[in-house]
Amino acid sequence: MSAHRTLSTPSRRISLRVHLRSAAVVAVLLAAALAVGLAAMGTGSAISVGDVVGTLLGQGDATSEMVVYELRAPRVLLALLVGAALGVGGAVVQSLTRNPLGSPDVIGVNAGAAAGAVLMILVVGTTDAPTLAAGALACGLAAALGVYALSFRRGVQGTRLVLVGIGVTAMLHSLIAYLLTRADLYESQGAKVWLIGSLAGTGWERVWPVAAAMLVLLPAAVALSRSLGPMEMGDDTAAALGLRVERRRLALLVVAVLLSGVAVSAAGPITFVALAAPQLARRLTRAPGAGVAAGAVTGALLLGAADLLAQRLPTPGQLPVGVLTGGLGGLYLAWLLHREWRSGRS
Amino acid sequence: MRWTGLAVSCAVLAVAAVLSIAIGAQTIPLGELWRELWHPAGGETAAIIHDLRIPRTLLGVCVGAALGLAGALMQALTRNPLADPGLLGVNSGASLAVVCSILFFGVTDVRTWVWFSLVGAALATVAVYALGATGRGAANPARLVLAGTAVSAALIAVINGVLTLDSGVFDQWRFWDVGALAGRDADVVRQIAPFVAVGAVLALTLGRGLNAVALGEQTGQGLGVSLARVRLTGATAIMLLCGAATAAAGPIGFIGLMAPHAVRAFTGPDHRWVLVYSAVLAPALLLTADVVGRVVVRPGELESGIVTAFIGAPVFIYLLRRRKVART
Repeated sequence: MSAHRTLSTPSRRISLRVHLRSAAVVAVLLAAALAVGLAAMGTGSAISVGDVVGTLLGQGDATSEMVVYELRAPRVLLALLVGAALGVGGAVVQSLTRNPLGSPDVIGVNAGAAAGAVLMILVVGTTDAPTLAAGALACGLAAALGVYALSFRRGVQGTRLVLVGIGVTAMLHSLIAYLLTRADLYESQGAKVWLIGSLAGTGWERVWPVAAAMLVLLPAAVALSRSLGPMEMGDDTAAALGLRVERRRLALLVVAVLLSGVAVSAAGPITFVALAAPQLARRLTRAPGAGVAAGAVTGALLLGAADLLAQRLPTPGQLPVGVLTGGLGGLYLAWLLHREWRSGRS
Repeated sequence: MRWTGLAVSCAVLAVAAVLSIAIGAQTIPLGELWRELWHPAGGETAAIIHDLRIPRTLLGVCVGAALGLAGALMQALTRNPLADPGLLGVNSGASLAVVCSILFFGVTDVRTWVWFSLVGAALATVAVYALGATGRGAANPARLVLAGTAVSAALIAVINGVLTLDSGVFDQWRFWDVGALAGRDADVVRQIAPFVAVGAVLALTLGRGLNAVALGEQTGQGLGVSLARVRLTGATAIMLLCGAATAAAGPIGFIGLMAPHAVRAFTGPDHRWVLVYSAVLAPALLLTADVVGRVVVRPGELESGIVTAFIGAPVFIYLLRRRKVART
């Protein structure tokens, strides 16, 4: 990434400034994400934000400890972790495909996980979170692997990979629609809520697998992302700079798919975070390369805020968080595009 | 060569149509079918043929042709092989309109849904086009795709919100959403036919303009083709075709995306031929899928939207593996 900056900016002073700005943005966003997390833990009638802080510092009574540690903390943590995973996955794939609409679900991982979860809910008949997540993860990875294998023919050509991904995704979506019509209404609607993406009723058993996966995958993504800058300038340039492009691309793709698979299997295919977070991060940091760290904190902040809103909105029942990410994300993107195009930038 | 291919394609469509009239829960032998077709005896068989199978087959032809044409247009306009006609917001607009009609007016009747979804599809397309056409210059394709993504995401969020909060609406909607030709009578065909006809005429007149656009925007303009007019006409045609198809049969995915890809293997890149072939072969695929759906789980039925994806996707992947894909 530093290579990209040195090449694109003539003086060292400017490249330093960009770097500082990225770091500052990441720090501010991280603080905002934590603040949103605290606010989410203090939401509802039982305890206030002050009580939450007290409890976290070890001065709460038994009730507030129960509420904070057993009910609120897992949900908030899961929102932040899943948001970060989606943000990183999106940043990596958008950079790899040089396409602002890219995200790991292009190669079928989301649709596979969704089909897996719906099969578990409607056919196997389980609603137990860890079993559900395991089934979803297995099917999501199987779908991604299937897409990769089907598009492999003396190497994987980018366009073919994406087209095969679309074909497989179409099959999985129609399988889901079929299962939804054949099941009993109550179960079917439960499956639909899963399909929109929801964080309600999160316990620690849903958090641990994601946390463990992030512990491994996030450093891997950061380490590998250093080659994304040169690769955005074209395969030949990157190769001339000494990168083994094909291998790097595969490694990055695997990390992005794993991140996305873990996130989706824990919280459902939440729309738009993977797509919007890297775009927002790029605009905030004004850095040219794919900011993996910035993508992670932006994703965490987005999903944390959306889930806080999902809990606070005065709807007759609680909305799944995916409704808010899709709705707000869509409107925000529309506004952003409108502003950009009106001012003549394209 | 291309004319021969077109004749063969028409023959395939005709065979698919005959099968679609003959095969079902009660299979009718061809001889009897022929007699009943021209001299209805008025019995049960005649009723099945004239009141159920023929309208359903006609609907399949209309919907399939509309989706094939819309897909070919969309890919030519955006010069993007991944563009699906739904990208302009048609499907999400129609879907939201159906959800609203159930929620606010308690509509449960397919014929009324058709009007709602036509209006919804039109409104969504206009919104996407207006957003894409912001600022100077014509609505360029890349912008339309981005604008469509943003608008669709917002509309789908509203749909999802309603569906989670109201299980009555969800129960109706899930059957509309899978996409099917069953349960629609001749009235539905009459409702959408004018829209499909106008859309098809617009689409077929665009072939030459699209060929010019494919050479690059400047070359196209040099050849005397107005880019803005091609785009606006194209978007209007897509709205009419895809809107009518979705209104009548629900969101049947994938045909619009796949048909032009499959067709290009036979026609080459000339858009005039791609459009004509898509209009003939897409309904053949949809009718075949519909017939297969009636046979595989007798005495029940699989909705054609589902079978389409399950037959279409493997064919699509096979074609992709066989030939070299054009780089975008």
